[in-house]
Amino acid sequence: MEAFTRLDAKVAPLPLANIDTDQIIPKQFLKGVDRKGLARGLFYDFRFDEQGREIPDFVLNRPEYKGAGVLVAGDNFGCGSSREHAPWALMDFGVRCVISTSFADIFYNNCFQNGLLPVVLKAEEVQQLMEEARGGNHVVSVDLAAQTVTSPSGAVFHFEIDPVRKDKMLKGLDAIGETLQAKDSIDVYEMKRALAQPWFEGA
Amino acid sequence: MRAMPGKTLYDKIWDAHVVAETDGEAILYIDLHVIHEVTTPQAFAGLREAGRPVRRPDRTLAVADHNIPTEGQALGVDAVADHEARLQLQTLGKNVAEHGIEYYPMGDIRNGIVHVVAPEQGRTQPGMTIVCGDSHTSTHGAFGALAHGIGTSEVEHVLATQTLRQKKAKNMRVRIEGEPVPGVGAKDYALAVIGEIGTAGGTGYVIEYAGSAVRALSMEGRMTLCNLTIEGGAKAGLVAPDETTFEYLKGRPSAPKGGAWEMALDYWKTFFTDEDAVFDREIVLDASKIAPTVTWGTSPEDVIPVTAVVPAPETFATPDKRASATRALEYMGLEAGQPITNAKIDVVFIGSCTNSRIEDLRAAADVVQHAFLNGRLVAPHVRAMVVPGSGLVKEQAEAEGLDAIFKAAGFDWREPGCSMCLGMNPDRLKPGERCASTSNRNFEGRQGRGGRTHLMSPAMAAAAAIAGHIADVRDFL
Repeated sequence: MEAFTRLDAKVAPLPLANIDTDQIIPKQFLKGVDRKGLARGLFYDFRFDEQGREIPDFVLNRPEYKGAGVLVAGDNFGCGSSREHAPWALMDFGVRCVISTSFADIFYNNCFQNGLLPVVLKAEEVQQLMEEARGGNHVVSVDLAAQTVTSPSGAVFHFEIDPVRKDKMLKGLDAIGETLQAKDSIDVYEMKRALAQPWFEGA
Repeated sequence: MRAMPGKTLYDKIWDAHVVAETDGEAILYIDLHVIHEVTTPQAFAGLREAGRPVRRPDRTLAVADHNIPTEGQALGVDAVADHEARLQLQTLGKNVAEHGIEYYPMGDIRNGIVHVVAPEQGRTQPGMTIVCGDSHTSTHGAFGALAHGIGTSEVEHVLATQTLRQKKAKNMRVRIEGEPVPGVGAKDYALAVIGEIGTAGGTGYVIEYAGSAVRALSMEGRMTLCNLTIEGGAKAGLVAPDETTFEYLKGRPSAPKGGAWEMALDYWKTFFTDEDAVFDREIVLDASKIAPTVTWGTSPEDVIPVTAVVPAPETFATPDKRASATRALEYMGLEAGQPITNAKIDVVFIGSCTNSRIEDLRAAADVVQHAFLNGRLVAPHVRAMVVPGSGLVKEQAEAEGLDAIFKAAGFDWREPGCSMCLGMNPDRLKPGERCASTSNRNFEGRQGRGGRTHLMSPAMAAAAAIAGHIADVRDFL
């Protein structure tokens, strides 16, 4: 996983609640067999019309938001399907941080597997960022170590994050490698279960 | 000294699966891992790159469901016209062969939607932990198993370690008490619950469903209820196992047999919530007050009784919600204040992991047969399809003559798969088409770009097919 420490980037506002993973990356982009190249499908139905032409009004198509590294969105971002293609597509597009008042659980977990930082702020802070993002200067700073987002006007918002997840994100740790260090515990667990519930082992 | 407070069903399953705990994060053992073609290729590729084996192929079960066509399945994967879908299906075939994982490929009578197949085979059992790279894994909670969806990185983690790193969720109980009115069932309960708590209302919780109306549900009904738990944002849904559960499991291919059955039964009976257990949140619904329920918008929380009118955006609490509701009405081609039964239907889809089991098909067929005997068929302008959840459901439905009822009335009788629930295969809505659907998501574009989805029960979808517009199933009973 890519480590995340600090990011200074343009923020693009998406003032909608319940943006689901079908909207983040529609079904037709889920048929691949690798993690790369998904940027083309990101927010496809928002970015392109039925003929595949760019919709110029959509925020990520507007020149002032080209290269945005942060999104600020409404409540319950990432609800719906478990598809990890959603964080993969965001990362592939260059987005490294999403700010909202709340995230759906599976999407939130998936972000931490990929070095995409989901930041939860208070409703009024999200609202302020949303408004500032619409202005002329829309560069924010996200500092994971300090747990802060600095708005374009210099307002500093603190965010909470689970310390274990924060540490792993800062270091970009490989979760599987870490769990495999507990292999002995898993072996012991399986042996105990085999004795207590033998039918599990096909007995 | 005060005794320890009682444990919830969730607490008990959790405690039974903790392998190790560090910094408030547990390594949780996973008893069953179900996999499918769409969310696994990158996970197997990751294993290959790292040179890691699958730890427990015997605790893993594979099916092909998300992008398979619902016709011509006997021709095999190589005949799938969509080359990307074909490659993904072929990749799954290679991966399961390489790692020795049991697989019911397309065309095998045991194949079908993951969340139909695993219970049907008796792989899903009480007290288990079950994961799958699919959000509707919550379905398996109907058996009193802790079951939830995971992303592909976590699929790889489970393949490699048979565990997941997890933080414990909070406990919520939803009690549904009383007798439902005729024509109302599990789907209506589930939509009513989401309407009550909102699509993010369950975030951070595991929900246990209890109460007399839940107890009275069949396993199929409980699966429908738990399936839709994720649409309320909760991690998982649970129903404590009881005689209904054990009766369903007995004799299934992977259920314990003989003496092992008796041992298993004793163990399963330990999975219930203690009387003095405390829930972080509790909700009570009166089943007798729930009407047949449909969605009007583009989020599963956008529910109304079929007797109601489409709500006005101004009635929503926050600016975001008002903006979303305005957008939803425009997308759905509806006007605030119109009776929802005015909505003319183009397509009817009966299927998906929510509602494609035998009981669902019986409920729909019952409405269709009743109308048929009164000289009514599927409305001429409606394209209606039934997609059974598995080859075995299809076989049973055919043995009961349900397919004949559907076909006589003008329904298309298809082969099993996820189909139009998410439109990854050729079964899709065209832009602007309005669909009465028994599936689980009415998101923009979910069933096809520009498609308009109304979620409802199988009986309600059948009624819509006959009426040609959204209709109250109670007028068809």
